[in-house]
Amino acid sequence: MATRLAVSRCGPLPAAARRSPLVSCRRWFGASADTVYDVVVSGGGMVGAAMACALGHDIHFHDKKILLLEAGPKKVLEKLPETYSNRVSSISPGSATLLSSFGAWDHICNMRYRAFRRMQVWDGCSEALIMFDKDNLDDMGYIVENDVIMNALTKQLEAVSDRVTVLYRSKAVGYSWPGPFSMADSSPWVHITLGDGSTLQTTLLIGADGHNSGVRQAAGIQNVSWNYDQSAVVATLHLSEATENNVAWQRFLPSGPIALLPLSDTLSSLVWSTSHDHAAQLVSMDKEEFVDAINSAFWSDANHTDFIGSAGSMLQYAVALLKPSKVSARQLPPSVAKVDAKSRVLFPLGLGHAAEYVRPRVALIGDAAHRVHPLAGQGVNMGFGDISSLLHHLSTAAFSGKDLGSMSHLTGYETDRQRHNTALLAATDLLKRLYSTSATPLVLLRTWGLQVTNAVSPLKEQIMAFACK
Amino acid sequence: MGGGRLLSSFWGRSLGVLRAGCRVGQAQRPRLTSWAVCSNSQLIWTLQSKPWVFDEYRTMWFKSCRMTFLSLNRMKSYWQLWTRLYSTSQTTVDSNEVKTFLAMAHKWWDEEGMFAPLHSMNDLRVPFIRDNLLKTVANHHPGKPLSGMKILDVGCGGGLLTEPLGRLGASVFGIDPVDENIKTAQHHKAFDPVLDKRIEYRVCSLEEIVEETEETFDAVIASEVVEHVADLETFIQCCRQVLKPTGSLFITTINKTQLSYALGIVFAEQIAGIVPKGTHTWEKFVSPEKLESILESNGLSVQTVAGMLYNPFSGYWHWNENTSLNYAAHAVKSMVPDHSGPAEVVFKGETEEPQAEVSTIPGVHGELKK
Repeated sequence: MATRLAVSRCGPLPAAARRSPLVSCRRWFGASADTVYDVVVSGGGMVGAAMACALGHDIHFHDKKILLLEAGPKKVLEKLPETYSNRVSSISPGSATLLSSFGAWDHICNMRYRAFRRMQVWDGCSEALIMFDKDNLDDMGYIVENDVIMNALTKQLEAVSDRVTVLYRSKAVGYSWPGPFSMADSSPWVHITLGDGSTLQTTLLIGADGHNSGVRQAAGIQNVSWNYDQSAVVATLHLSEATENNVAWQRFLPSGPIALLPLSDTLSSLVWSTSHDHAAQLVSMDKEEFVDAINSAFWSDANHTDFIGSAGSMLQYAVALLKPSKVSARQLPPSVAKVDAKSRVLFPLGLGHAAEYVRPRVALIGDAAHRVHPLAGQGVNMGFGDISSLLHHLSTAAFSGKDLGSMSHLTGYETDRQRHNTALLAATDLLKRLYSTSATPLVLLRTWGLQVTNAVSPLKEQIMAFACK
Repeated sequence: MGGGRLLSSFWGRSLGVLRAGCRVGQAQRPRLTSWAVCSNSQLIWTLQSKPWVFDEYRTMWFKSCRMTFLSLNRMKSYWQLWTRLYSTSQTTVDSNEVKTFLAMAHKWWDEEGMFAPLHSMNDLRVPFIRDNLLKTVANHHPGKPLSGMKILDVGCGGGLLTEPLGRLGASVFGIDPVDENIKTAQHHKAFDPVLDKRIEYRVCSLEEIVEETEETFDAVIASEVVEHVADLETFIQCCRQVLKPTGSLFITTINKTQLSYALGIVFAEQIAGIVPKGTHTWEKFVSPEKLESILESNGLSVQTVAGMLYNPFSGYWHWNENTSLNYAAHAVKSMVPDHSGPAEVVFKGETEEPQAEVSTIPGVHGELKK
């Protein structure tokens, strides 16, 4: 038997005999002539475009084919409009570093952005406040219009158009996944069908298609989500007088947090989270009434009670005894004079978190993986953080010649990011709930908690370091 | 399944089998332990073939009914392959063959399956090969650092190492004496249009291509192969012949120590029974000292020898100072071959005294660990 085997194995097989099984397999299972991309990013919003940009500029991706699918048209800002857009993002220093790494931050600097150096957060039901600032006068973050970020990313995508193809007005309508551990009888790649009927293949699909992610649903990834009983109202506001305007203000009212973010010396952006009904009222009421509502939301003491007031001052007194050094005094936010016409818009708020960020040949980033309340200004920063992490893992994988869709490095990304994102989501959700009440025990608890946190510098620095990532 | 780059590390094998979970019944080892690949009596490269066939008795070992059921299904495909191997007709392609061949492809390319340790070994061996090759060139294309290089992957199996090297830009020639392996490798690379152009596979032994590929390759890779080679010195000579002047030879293999005997043969095969008895022939394991001596005496100057350790719990490999289990070696073809006495004389009796060797080249590990 052994001899026979040896003979049959070693005898000079005709080439045709050796080839035929292969040929038949390929014909059988139709290795079609679709373009095979190394990476396809589905969703060309800020996070998706930045992902494609980051990959396109990575040196280990110089030989790769990347595709960005965007349902909307290409937006070109010929000239920066005079009026500010009402959709702005708070960009953390960590996100700014990512954007600089592929040249987009320079474009943003050449257009417009506003740095803020301090952040004051205070309670609507007590005097308790927390003040974040950096001793060395570093920027704590930047307020940038979303349109400006998108424009910078579009420019940087054009710079790498030899590697990154962008298909505007195209949407994936169907995905087909390779079978478990790549069924050998079909292509091991993800097949994507576009709205126009064309198909393509990719070794890795990155879902950056927002909180209703089609990629996530098609991949069957569980998503934990709930809607908050709140909507956010955004608007562009004119201040009563020109100021330095380098502080981000946020006050927790029982109905929800209201934030004033600096845009320029005389302009600020409003993000007011409140009940759906109140939000609808705010959007429809006349301008003067709206401005009054904002000013009173920031200034009013209507929710204060004597008991909490005295309890708060007692702790404040004790802290001052223990720590006689300077305690940052409460500052008053600038008063608002008027609101930009047609800048008032509302959108519902919710929380969502994907149980898995990765599957073989699939990774979720940005809102597709996590949706967060805007109170911490972390939404897009979490997305940019996902990009940094995924880019790091993919770049290493590419330099080792790995299959980019392999779970061996995708799980590394998932572990890194879930650790960070779940902590942030939980903290944000807790804060939202803690501050949504005016029940005395909870108000007392959060008043003391905030005062203590404000007094303990190392704790505050930890929070800042986490939020600035 | 058979031959090729079989998992030589017992850890790798045993864990691979464990992780595969339902892959049972691999037990019975065919009586045929080696098969001659090349008829040239002077250049015989003998590989051990290790197909697994169904063994009911072993199946009982596994508790889960579901597992048993799965394994029965799998065994059927093994059985098909096995009967086919013994049948005489090789020329007609029937659907059974296609199915079997597809079942094979599953095995090789399942990153969580029986070859998982070979997949994760790429995290070490690809950078090891890449970085040592990049030292020899002044500048490189960042997207494809190995472009312009010709690499021979001896015993390429399903192409697990061949494809990453192709992705790095190299033109890779993968050879394996096992027909099924090459079919799997061919089939898998065909889906990637870039790799399809850069990689060529052939069913043959190294000896068969020595003449046509003399001084062709910038690098020759024999990963997890030399422990299956009958005549190591001849094998090394062939590697040298196909290398360009100053070309690199990369070897990964398993050491010949008491530890590798205790864990690889006694524990894995006889006590735990997770590896079929007789899978490894300890006598064929090669110590780094012996390998170095053979390399040096055949005109290959050894640059690096580094230990590799597999963590069965994490499933990852790590560089390690200790070469007593697995290790990697890099040697460069020297201009003037050293024709001193044969290596066997120097290392006579070495097999009687297996010892836990440590790395012989200082300073290597710090560099590797960066």
